[in-house]
Amino acid sequence: MISPASLVQKDLRARAESLGQSLPALLAEAEHLSATLMLGEHGRRRAGQGDEFWQYRPAHAGDSARSIDWRRSAKSDGHFVQTREWQAAQSVTLWVDPAQSMGFSGDKTRAPKQDRARLLALALAVLLLRGGERVGLAGGSAPKPGRAQLLELVAGLQAAQPDQDYCAPGVDGMIPHGRAVFLSDFLGQLDPLEAALAAASDRGVKGILLQVLDPAEEEFPFDGRTIFESMSGALRHETQSAGDLRSRYLDRLAARKDRLASLAGAMGWHYQCHHTGASAQAALLWAYAALEGGR
Amino acid sequence: MMVGTVAFTAPWLLLNLIALPILWLLLRAIPPAPIKRRFPGVALLLGLTDAAREADKTPWWLLLLRALAVAAAIVGFAGPVLNPDARIEGTGPLLIVVDGGWADARDWPRRMERAGALIDRAARAGRPVAVVRLTDAPGDIVFQNAEAWAGRLAALEPLAWAPGAMADWVNRLPADGFDSYWLTDGLDHPGREALQTALSAKGALTVFESPRPIYALRPAGFEGGAIALSAARLATPEAAEIEVIARGPDPSGIDRELARGKFSFAPGSADAQTSLDLPPELRNRINRLEILGQRTAGAVSLTDDSLKRRKIALIGAGADREGLQLLSATHYLQQALEPVADLIDGGLTDVLPANPDVIVLADVAKLTQTETDGLLDWLEKGGLLLRFAGPRLAASDISRDNEDPLLPVRLREGGRAVGGAMSWGEPKPLAPFPEGSPFHGLPVPADVTVSQQVLAQPDADLSKRTIAALVDGTPLVTRKAVGDGQVVLIHVTANAEWSTLPLSGLFVQMLERLAVSTRPATPDKDDLGGQVWVPQRVLDGYGAETNPGDVAGVQGADLATAMLAGPNAELPPGLYAGTERSVALNVIGTDTVISAAVWPVGTVIEGIEAQREQALKGGLLSAAMALLGLDVLAALWLSGRLGGIARGVARAAIVALALLIAPQGARAQAAPGDARAFEATRGVVLAHVLTGNAEIDSVAEAGLLGLGQRLWERTSIEPEAPMGVDIETDELAFYPFLYWPITAEQALPSTAAYTKLNAFMRGGGMILFDTRDGDLAGFSDAVTPEAQMLQLLAAGLDIPAIEPIPADHVLTRSFYLLQDFPGRHAGGDLWLEASAPDAEQVDGMPFRNLNDGVTPVIIGGADWASAWAVDENGVQMFPVGRGYAGEEQREIAYRFGINVMMHVLTGNYKSDQVHVPALLERLGE
Repeated sequence: MISPASLVQKDLRARAESLGQSLPALLAEAEHLSATLMLGEHGRRRAGQGDEFWQYRPAHAGDSARSIDWRRSAKSDGHFVQTREWQAAQSVTLWVDPAQSMGFSGDKTRAPKQDRARLLALALAVLLLRGGERVGLAGGSAPKPGRAQLLELVAGLQAAQPDQDYCAPGVDGMIPHGRAVFLSDFLGQLDPLEAALAAASDRGVKGILLQVLDPAEEEFPFDGRTIFESMSGALRHETQSAGDLRSRYLDRLAARKDRLASLAGAMGWHYQCHHTGASAQAALLWAYAALEGGR
Repeated sequence: MMVGTVAFTAPWLLLNLIALPILWLLLRAIPPAPIKRRFPGVALLLGLTDAAREADKTPWWLLLLRALAVAAAIVGFAGPVLNPDARIEGTGPLLIVVDGGWADARDWPRRMERAGALIDRAARAGRPVAVVRLTDAPGDIVFQNAEAWAGRLAALEPLAWAPGAMADWVNRLPADGFDSYWLTDGLDHPGREALQTALSAKGALTVFESPRPIYALRPAGFEGGAIALSAARLATPEAAEIEVIARGPDPSGIDRELARGKFSFAPGSADAQTSLDLPPELRNRINRLEILGQRTAGAVSLTDDSLKRRKIALIGAGADREGLQLLSATHYLQQALEPVADLIDGGLTDVLPANPDVIVLADVAKLTQTETDGLLDWLEKGGLLLRFAGPRLAASDISRDNEDPLLPVRLREGGRAVGGAMSWGEPKPLAPFPEGSPFHGLPVPADVTVSQQVLAQPDADLSKRTIAALVDGTPLVTRKAVGDGQVVLIHVTANAEWSTLPLSGLFVQMLERLAVSTRPATPDKDDLGGQVWVPQRVLDGYGAETNPGDVAGVQGADLATAMLAGPNAELPPGLYAGTERSVALNVIGTDTVISAAVWPVGTVIEGIEAQREQALKGGLLSAAMALLGLDVLAALWLSGRLGGIARGVARAAIVALALLIAPQGARAQAAPGDARAFEATRGVVLAHVLTGNAEIDSVAEAGLLGLGQRLWERTSIEPEAPMGVDIETDELAFYPFLYWPITAEQALPSTAAYTKLNAFMRGGGMILFDTRDGDLAGFSDAVTPEAQMLQLLAAGLDIPAIEPIPADHVLTRSFYLLQDFPGRHAGGDLWLEASAPDAEQVDGMPFRNLNDGVTPVIIGGADWASAWAVDENGVQMFPVGRGYAGEEQREIAYRFGINVMMHVLTGNYKSDQVHVPALLERLGE
């Protein structure tokens, strides 16, 4: 007999396959988004390791003969060394919540939250990789630069979903003093998230929390006698009149957002709430600015 | 089973209503099911409790809704019937008697509805039925299956006369007993009582009477120079006012209301009088009087010659003659004519311009050349010249050797005198009038004798021209036709000097027969006898005039009988034409009295408007369905599913509502005219005038379709489908161009239509008149009927001076360069507005400078529509010419059409001198 779980697995794999077929489109869409932003290397405005010319300086004792720029030195009596601008690539770890709850969509015409989260993550990755940064997935291999990494990221993002309703980010694979991007609906328990944030802060990792919500979760447009179930069916709540719950639900949601914002603020992170009904580009712009500003 | 006014066909089903409380309890126990939703935010909901926790029970109002729905369904299936016919059904055959006369026409549909209800009931009871219309000739009554009658009932129509032979039906009644229903018109017809007695003897008789008032209009007469009208009704205690209108053709030949009067019935009176004082011109045109709002033949009175008063000029011998009044040549004529005609006095040259119908010359011999010419002209146009002999005529040598154009025969010198003191013989009486004479049928009184007369020369034509003679065969009255008119000579004097004729009643009758005077009252046998009268128009039961078609004429004696007794099947009411005159046979005669039928005590009399049974089953079942539909919505709302679909439902409801309302709304707001206006203004629409001839109209439409296709293909004019335009009713302002094929028989436009057409042309519109006679027009001098019609039509139009198209007209180059304009016929002339007289050709320029306006008319006869016409497949409908040359001609015809449309839409754009160089190049100069 085939267990329901294996059916779900099969179904998931089939969906992953079909999602994989939409991969070029997803990439293209991400690139299209990133193409709207101006990019540059993360120049440090001081001499150091890098490719770009910074300035000439007189050679000190201790400079190896190899480091002397002979062409410049030949124009004068002294010896000059060509220094270069210090260019250091950043390591960014992306975490897109793979939980069942991200598969929710309040309207047939809207894609699930997961799609939006993956799209934003991939678009950020495109931007970062084009900027020469290293990008990796939380829980995956170490961040790597280069466009080839994009394919790996796509594969990682399309990985099978776990059965849990809600997930928390792990800190495995985070490079110390790197950057982290957490994309989730943050509707589950906040304790694992707090723990993860604390662990990340311990390693000097800073980043952004981008909460992706469906407009239905923001509005609670339900009425009448209803049994609410979580996406996996593990949680249930029955009510006679869903409309009566609306204001209290919205209160709780607002409290949740406040909590997330204060949590992020305390750790030096950035928090933003994004709705799948709104344009993805606005969220991408905000994430870009937040990543740049946090450095 | 009956409950109040409602009965049930299946009352036992109502027992099911007991089950309702059980249903109530069952439903109460089952609340609406909750809806399951996947929602990630459930984590935030955990722990929230409902503010007011309702019991898991169905709300009471939902229960009530469902119980009502089920109750409605149960009651519906029990077959409730409102106003059931509770009358005890009889058995055996059923006879339905309908009067079917003119008085029934006032509410015929309701009578038929009533009869239909009776037949339906008989069908349910399985009774055989027969329906009898008493205006028909009595025939055998056969009882048939009721269903067979249901279909035939619709074909029954009221007839235009009253049921005449009711007593004859008595013998036709079947021997066996039967019940009868009599839908009477409420009037007492001869033999009604006998029939009623006979029907009562056979079985139960029920009579249905309509409360609607009956009005009848009597023939019009003259009283003091005005038309005296009289109407009759059944005497009722209420006062009533009804209007009467006089109809007739207006100057352009269109039938319209000419005058209107009012009858006021005093309470309790059955008669009302009124009079219409109209100028003679208007009065002579009246051909129909009708009571407004009464659609029966009895409320219509056709008028004949009796309403027409002719203008008669009496010219006596010179004024120098002195004599006694009774010896005056014209005294008897004046006495005879004064009451029935308008007499004109004066000299001959003075009366001719007044265009009298008749000129009487009493013993006038010599006429000046001017007078003769004037009289001849007047005769050609249809005048009647009546001449009397006398001493002067006898003494003159007029018409002695050669026939005078103003006398029918040559006269012998001196005449003759018989029976006088100095002569032998007796005064001669008249011979009976021969057949073919207008006097044929008039009785000849023995005391009319002739003692002196002028004599006609024996001629080959004499016997033909003699219409009355003495017993010895001497012509007394001779006649000859001159043009459309005629000259009649009475060979004796107009006074009693030569004969006793002017003293007799025959004299007046003869004048009548000659249509000199008109009949003052109902014509009798003597007036009408001896002639054959052919019906021209006949009335149907509703008073509408129809063309009787080709029917045999009727004998005057029969017609005279019908005048008194009323019309019948052989002599339907209408207008009958004899040789010179026409006589109207109306439903209501001068002396007709309408009286109410009186039914013996004990007869069951019912109103005609019975409440019909009304089955409520359908309504109740619909109500049940509607309630169940409401229940679905309510259940959805309770379970919260409504929110999602509410928008969809609302949208669907709006669409459904719009669909429901739209047609009515469209009808209410957008009258047909508006819809037409929308269609006509969607783009350029070529229009043609509807002539009333279906074939020509369809050819015109096909022609414009073909021209429109060429315009689409070749030019930037992209016309919509062509439309036919009724100039009387349709707005013309939407069309730039009207194609008007002329037919000889089309009706002349009314004054309002002329106003519209003139406004259309002044506003820049163009009318292309096509007489379609290009194949004939070039070959003979005769004017074709179409051309005559066009002249008539155009008389009312504000058409400027026209000329044949000049070679430099802009129409020759508005799109194509053309020099002739063939349609299906080639080589005809094309006429359009004359160019300005001061337009001059400048040296070196091929055209005159004519930068003004679009010609409002183009007149030709080339039958362009036929050349343009294509059928729905785009194939040419008519051949043009022969072979390739013909196709070339068709192409030129199309080019002409395109040029016309270009001219209409761009005006004289191509006349601008700017185009001259290009045109010169094209012309090869």
